[in-house]
Amino acid sequence: MSVLDIKDLRVEFPGRKSVFVAVDDVTLSVDAGKVLGVVGESGAGKSTVGNAVIGLLQEPGHIAGGEVYLHGKRIDQLPYKEKRRLRGRKIGMIFQDPLTSLDPLQTVESQLLETIRTHLPLSRSQARQRAIELIESVGIPDASERIKQYPHQFSGGMRQRVVIALALCAEPELVIADEPTTALDVSIQAQILDLMKKLCRERNVAMLVITHDMGVIADITDHVAVMYHGELVEYGETTQVLGAPEHPYTQSLISAVPRPDIKVERFPVVNYIEKAGTPQKQIDIASHWLGKARDYEKVTGPLVQIKDLEKRFETRGSIFPSRRKYFQAVKKVSFDINEGETFGLVGESGSGKSTIARLITGLYQPSGGSILFGKTELTSLKNRKDVLAMRRQMQMIFQDPYSSLNARMRVSDIIGEPIKFHRLASSNAEVRQIVDDLLDHVGLGAAAGKKFPHEFSGGQRQRISIARALATRPRFLICDEPTSALDVSIQAQILNLLKDLQQELGLTMLFISHDLAVIRQMCNRIGVMRHGELCEVSDCDQLFEAPQHPYTRELLNLMPSLELLSRANLATA
Amino acid sequence: MIGFAARRILQALIVMLVVALLAFTMFRFVGDPINQMVGIETSIEEREALRERLGLNDPVAVQFFRFITNAAQFDFGTSYQFRQPVSELFAKRIPATLELSFTSALFALIVGIPMGIYAGLNRESPISKLFLSVSLIGISLPTFFIGILLIFLFSVTLQWLPSFGRGETVQIGSWWTTGFLTISGLKALILPSITLGLYQMTLIMRLIRAEMLEVIRTDYIKFARARGLPDRLVNFRHALKNTLVPVITITGLQLGAIIAFATITETVFQWPGMGLMFLQAVQNVDIPIMSAYLMLTAFLFVTINFIVDILYFFIDPRLRVGRP
Repeated sequence: MSVLDIKDLRVEFPGRKSVFVAVDDVTLSVDAGKVLGVVGESGAGKSTVGNAVIGLLQEPGHIAGGEVYLHGKRIDQLPYKEKRRLRGRKIGMIFQDPLTSLDPLQTVESQLLETIRTHLPLSRSQARQRAIELIESVGIPDASERIKQYPHQFSGGMRQRVVIALALCAEPELVIADEPTTALDVSIQAQILDLMKKLCRERNVAMLVITHDMGVIADITDHVAVMYHGELVEYGETTQVLGAPEHPYTQSLISAVPRPDIKVERFPVVNYIEKAGTPQKQIDIASHWLGKARDYEKVTGPLVQIKDLEKRFETRGSIFPSRRKYFQAVKKVSFDINEGETFGLVGESGSGKSTIARLITGLYQPSGGSILFGKTELTSLKNRKDVLAMRRQMQMIFQDPYSSLNARMRVSDIIGEPIKFHRLASSNAEVRQIVDDLLDHVGLGAAAGKKFPHEFSGGQRQRISIARALATRPRFLICDEPTSALDVSIQAQILNLLKDLQQELGLTMLFISHDLAVIRQMCNRIGVMRHGELCEVSDCDQLFEAPQHPYTRELLNLMPSLELLSRANLATA
Repeated sequence: MIGFAARRILQALIVMLVVALLAFTMFRFVGDPINQMVGIETSIEEREALRERLGLNDPVAVQFFRFITNAAQFDFGTSYQFRQPVSELFAKRIPATLELSFTSALFALIVGIPMGIYAGLNRESPISKLFLSVSLIGISLPTFFIGILLIFLFSVTLQWLPSFGRGETVQIGSWWTTGFLTISGLKALILPSITLGLYQMTLIMRLIRAEMLEVIRTDYIKFARARGLPDRLVNFRHALKNTLVPVITITGLQLGAIIAFATITETVFQWPGMGLMFLQAVQNVDIPIMSAYLMLTAFLFVTINFIVDILYFFIDPRLRVGRP
């Protein structure tokens, strides 16, 4: 008998005008000691399945049909109090962001103790003993000491271990993990996934892993369920589904995952879902305003030369210089970017890659070293007019498409603003024409200009960001994790758009990402960063085929293996 | 922690010095103090003698230093109206104001916090909506109007409660008088403290409600529910404690405001506290009382702010580390 059985589950969210069906007709089961993955893109209803099982659907959502069984006992219709007793005791849950899922004002110990003592008839000292054993078993050293600390004294990976310990502390039979590693670095992700796999086998727990990440699915699941728009489109053994997907959606989803193994010209696009940027009127770059006036001074040698760049942040201020403390975010970094190439920077969070982008654009002032752009030394620019002239030539695309656009401005104003600011057009009518053309060119259509940013999806907003960056006719584009907030199918579209634009306009790009597969597809040369230092710079293929630095090799090893994913029968367009 | 407290105390001292300078300037330079002290028939020689005796001919810095030294010993000179030392006058009035303020602060907290928690947890319930609309009245009606309304209802129409004064008081120690120990004293407290505390109550209620709504959406509350913790633990140990930091800030400042600006309520209810005395001092240009009141108010706010800052350390462990 399976631990969890879901039959024909239907979850509805009644709205003002109509009922939104988040999950429809989903049938799943998980056995003890096995891991079932639920995969899909945002809005597919995969988290709703998990919340429905544990009984924590956001009001006014409710289970409108179907049955949920735990060990053969029906649980979806239990009264509130009995349902609550199941939580933690029979069903544990792990959340996405370890930084926010622990109460910041309580020690780890008190959070563990209250949970253990809510569910198990143990005395305080027995419960404490159990808590220490648990913390040890999730791989935190010095358990009896660390348990007395507060969540903020743990790193992200350690906090996720604490969360896992909390989810397991009353020995549940089923654990639901909702995007358990999405917020973590790739090396920490590998450790947490190993830990989850180990605990699942050792304790014979059934595990439901909800994720958008094919790598996680390939890594730890035994079975996988693919969801699309609230429905189950494919369900079976992981090797079967990933190796020989039957449903066209699964096929296109798998083909859209960037390949780390070989470089392809373009990303395969998931045309099953959201239309891949409706083909709009294309503009002829050569004769258009965008292509004109690109008479930048010719450079011999690299376009950007960075030499011994340093940045330190003050972590403790004091009026005495000797008492000040600094954090060295970028340490003596030197590299060149050639005209027309895409240079990739890869590294884990905190490695200083975004800081470099901000130093180049002038958002931060460097503490030392030089940045040569063409023939101009950026660090010594004093005159505001010169600074603006340089800024016009370099533009940035940010990671979060939700916070990087002003929510109170119309899209046409957002894109038109840099044109007006730099006085690149002679009249308002011309500005309007250029904005319309830009919107057409990035695949949104001129009509989008009248709308506000909140009316667009994440991918569409990133297109707006790109149009805004192009509006100053830049020569150098810095993309800071431009797709890491997006679903894989949307990511493929955006990356293709960037590639096209680069070819048409001859842009030079600095592309920053933590995702090695994306980096491989996008970049000509790659720099690997760690703790503010540049470990290695080499050509794209060489980095992947013959990495020199031990850290690069470590990163490459940690990439989730996607060998399972069948590519042979999929078109690589 | 100790370094932090020391720095705060230093800042507080600077604030007090600045206020003292203002109070001193008012005392020394708004009109001629001698003119206000003596009658018209005093001769110029006598005035000069008095000026010399009071040290008003000394350099300003010396006078300021003397003013501070005296103020540090609660010596603010002699009231023009009453011909009594200002500190004695205040000592007589302070118990009335403090008792009224603490009663109304207590009322605001005891009623406001549970209402706020309820309204935050049961957002859609009709009772929460009732709380919100009633609180709107509390915020928008002026204090004197509420006071008069209450007097009209409970003193004039129903004749349950007294409309003015402190009732019978009992002497404790050398200078403290309390109304807490007699029935008439307690009865007299009810109307003024409700009048004074109503605004604070609604403020606290709305603040707690807003904070609760915010905290309840966080991941750690969801996680606490997913661990099957009883609602009592989730709502009080996890949710309420996380709402407290902003609530303590506002409550602290409001307590200062209650004590310092009880003037209107004290006037409406003829409450023999500092506020009433201050108002009379303003009418009679009694500058020593005014400058002492200014110093006292500043001292209250500075002290409360200091206590609030220290409380943060006990509530939020994140502040205890990383700060020298």
